Amino acid sequence: MSATTAPAGTTRGIPARQILRGAILIAILLLALLPLLNHLPADSAFRVSDFTVAVTGKWICYAVLALAIDLAWGYAGILSLGHGAFFALGGYAMGMHLMRLIGPRGVYGHPVLPDFMVFLGYRELPWYWLGFDHFPYAILMAMVVPGLLAFVVGYLSFRSRITGVYFSIITQAMTYALMLAFFRNDMGFGGNNGFTDFKQLLGVPLNTQGARAGLFYAALALLAGSLVLCRHIVGTKLGRVLVAVRDAESRVRFLGYSVTAFKLTVFVLSAVLAGLAGALYVPLVGIINPGEFAPGNSIEAVIWVAVGGRGTLIGALLGAFSVNALKTWLTSVAPDLWLFVLGGLFVAVTVFLPRGLIGLFRSAAK
Amino acid sequence: MSKPGLYMDGVSVVFDGFRALNNLSLIVDPGELRAIIGPNGAGKTTMMDVITGKTRPTAGTVRFGDADLTRMDEARIANLGIGRKFQKPTVFDALTVFENLELALKAPRDPWSCLRWALGGEARKRIETVMEEIGLSARAGDPAAILSHGQRQWLEIGMLLMQDPDLLLVDEPVAGMTDQETEHTAALLRRIAGTRSVVVVEHDLEFVRALNSRVTVLHEGTLLSEGSIDTVQNDPRVIEVYLGR
Ligand SMILES: Nc1ncnc2c1ncn2[C@@H]1O[C@H](COP(=O)(O)OP(=O)(O)OP(=O)(O)O)[C@@H](O)[C@H]1O
Ligand SMILES: [Mg+2]
Repeated sequence: MSATTAPAGTTRGIPARQILRGAILIAILLLALLPLLNHLPADSAFRVSDFTVAVTGKWICYAVLALAIDLAWGYAGILSLGHGAFFALGGYAMGMHLMRLIGPRGVYGHPVLPDFMVFLGYRELPWYWLGFDHFPYAILMAMVVPGLLAFVVGYLSFRSRITGVYFSIITQAMTYALMLAFFRNDMGFGGNNGFTDFKQLLGVPLNTQGARAGLFYAALALLAGSLVLCRHIVGTKLGRVLVAVRDAESRVRFLGYSVTAFKLTVFVLSAVLAGLAGALYVPLVGIINPGEFAPGNSIEAVIWVAVGGRGTLIGALLGAFSVNALKTWLTSVAPDLWLFVLGGLFVAVTVFLPRGLIGLFRSAAK
Repeated sequence: MSKPGLYMDGVSVVFDGFRALNNLSLIVDPGELRAIIGPNGAGKTTMMDVITGKTRPTAGTVRFGDADLTRMDEARIANLGIGRKFQKPTVFDALTVFENLELALKAPRDPWSCLRWALGGEARKRIETVMEEIGLSARAGDPAAILSHGQRQWLEIGMLLMQDPDLLLVDEPVAGMTDQETEHTAALLRRIAGTRSVVVVEHDLEFVRALNSRVTVLHEGTLLSEGSIDTVQNDPRVIEVYLGR
């Protein structure tokens, strides 16, 4: 609705929005080049290392998680401090598939059971492991399980009109409880070791240049698809109702909208996106364990969004990439400092840059 | 099918032992315009809270046609055809004037329909007509956040019109309006009534007189007097608790 949107800031006649759009396009193209540059001979100045491809792929998954958080938080005002749990559940679903694909190549050579089950004396596969030998089923579960959990937690909370910090605390408790559960050996998810030593996916051996590139492009496609989907949603009347819920929840009810239904819709969708991100993350990093449920992970992901600028989608991506780049660099030069820097960053952004990096960019463009 | 009327009987609301409404009974006929006056704290806003599902009455009956409003939540009551303008105007700051009205426009309210919603020519025309009516046509693309207090009042009245309700509850609509705007509002409400019921709470007696309707006086949560503006203004009980001061 061009007639009703406020004019964007401009630089020498070019709308800030278009500059931003161009920058995103260039960034995505540059990202898409990385796996190609990985094929250059080792002595080439433009060669990109295996490490860089893997790390960037990981960040792309984080960016999808950030996008999911921003959709719920930035637009509907639902601050989840448990999105790491949805991410990890998606990761576990993919991990189960990867474990089943190991087949008889495990240390114990059992035709069906993963090593940890043989070790723990399992006679047969637990029922909830059935079906995970099929890739589509695993992907489906990477969406259904986080979505279902979000539905249950969301329904109980939103129906009782639990909002704000109380909801945040519930979601923190949720991810913490899941972490404790997944640490247990008798849950059938490999206890504190989780899953690792994956061999292949879709017939392609992992840990090869080709597999890494394939996963990288899959993650990039997921990011682009999620961005397009989220952009579309926030541009519809659904998106405007969400903004209205964020700013004046009770007023929306008096217009006849069921706030519970709208919050539930966006929260479940957000959890599904987070689950898919987790599902691509696991083959990229080659491991999933209960540490992924750590409450700190969810908080860190929220900080990415805050740093980038919430309620903008692009800000979430910017935040995820920049904070993780900083983290990767800092943990190599001064690993002990990271948590302090992260905390400081959050405080600094909250106090000085309430609209995040994107806000900085927008005011600079004006 | 005839339009429903509002029926309240023996309604009490108790907050921590304090009776905000005390055995209040009130009937508003279909198509009637009714003014409600009363001193601060008389329970006027609380009465609207009870009708719209924001507050559950401690005792009493509240019906709209056949529907028992005490058992429904806010959204259901709104979809029944009861619209409300709040005492403190509440509009969606981040959305434009146009978008605020579009959200209020009567249309399916579920998330899926909202996702699929496309603004048709007819809907656009309705929004434009209302923007004309509330004098905000030139501000269509401005976020509600930058409107003045009076304009926010107008926008909320506009949202009420978009909902196309059978019963409009209007809480202090002319606070912050100029004399001319106040007159315009009175004319607008008079025009709306007839096809639908309108309940207006207002302190401004000039405005109430301009409404030219039956007047109900509330005091300490109960009905003190009811009748034409002249009748209630000459009622000694009303003069004592309200007008005399
Ligand atoms: N949620 C609540 N909890 C406790 N007391 C309340 C609550 N809501 C209203 N009250 C009290 O009930 C009484 C009636 O309030 P109400 O807002 O209905 O009055 P009013 O007639 O609308 O007054 P005004 O003309 O100032 O708007 C007041 O004394 C108020 O303090
Ligand atoms: Mg009041």
